[in-house]
Amino acid sequence: MDAAAKKENAIEIHNLVVSFGSHRVLTDVDMQVRCGETTVILGGSGCGKSTLLRHIIGLRKPQGGRILVKNRDITTMDEDQMSTLLRKVGVVFQSSALFNSLTIGDNVALPLREHTRLEESTIQIMTRIKLDMVGLSGFEHYMPSELSGGMKKRAAFARAISMDPEILFCDEPSAGLDPIVAAGLDELIFKLKKALKMTIVVVTHEMESMYKIADRVVMLHEGKVIFSGPPEEFRVCEHPRVRQFVERRADHYGEDEIGRYARALTSES
Amino acid sequence: MQVSTQNRNKGAVISVSGDIDLYTSPDLRKEIAKLAKKKKNPLVVDLEQVDYMDSSGVATLVEGLQLTGRYEGSFRVASLNDGVREVFELARLDKVFDVYDNLDQALAGF
Repeated sequence: MDAAAKKENAIEIHNLVVSFGSHRVLTDVDMQVRCGETTVILGGSGCGKSTLLRHIIGLRKPQGGRILVKNRDITTMDEDQMSTLLRKVGVVFQSSALFNSLTIGDNVALPLREHTRLEESTIQIMTRIKLDMVGLSGFEHYMPSELSGGMKKRAAFARAISMDPEILFCDEPSAGLDPIVAAGLDELIFKLKKALKMTIVVVTHEMESMYKIADRVVMLHEGKVIFSGPPEEFRVCEHPRVRQFVERRADHYGEDEIGRYARALTSES
Repeated sequence: MQVSTQNRNKGAVISVSGDIDLYTSPDLRKEIAKLAKKKKNPLVVDLEQVDYMDSSGVATLVEGLQLTGRYEGSFRVASLNDGVREVFELARLDKVFDVYDNLDQALAGF
């Protein structure tokens, strides 16, 4: 890859290998995330999407390969280097991961209090701006336990964008949200990219959301990248697994597999 | 980010150049607070030379609005480029500010 193209990538992954014990989860994954674009990582349940995300944000070390974030290999970074880098990164976890002992407002304000020299008055205004963006205006004094699952998810989103990160990672941001709120988050992702020039990586299996927000799609299947390209190419891709995904067709077991299952079941009885 | 201030009769113009972000907005805040303490009216922030502003910049300008409001002063924002305007819209605060296309318009009548 030439230097000019490299400069445009916020993230580059080369030959990433991840295993849990003897189980290989990701095999030789190669992918790039371009600056200022929204990249959607698609794939069925258990295909390795969230595992890939956890490795990109440095929560786990891979068994092989390199992960460059802003041209720096995070697989060799120590904790301090990683912590500095993560200040430019926001993450919306699938589980929300709010601090239950803090109010929603304090959860959102926490990164600003920890990592900037902004006055408290500025932080308070920023917190209200971010809560308003996710439709939680007026909820700053609520505790996480007082919110519904969907509201917690939105509060977690507000916290992830509190520092206006250069790169935002979202793990299933709209899972469990009603269609209207989910559409609102899609819209917000689009606006964040446009106004703040954010680079955004979204892990999802929701096709409707993908078509709305993605500049580029990466699809994983059984730990490998089987498609990488723009959504319009994804829609017409001939790969059987992609077609199955696009057409929302269920897996069907072959006769051999059914025979094996039936034999195993009856031999135990 | 660079900040320079010019007094205009009873008012003042703060001209900003560069990026207004988490790390530079405290300097802009300091300048706004200093002039608000002197009850400058109008207090105009000229953003013509600003390419990028994040939500800390918007929050800082909201504080300017609050501080000048205490003495019924006029707080004005001038010369927003499209990117900066989008950040105001993203924060849904574009209607809260008196926004002028250029500095001359922002100073008209003063």
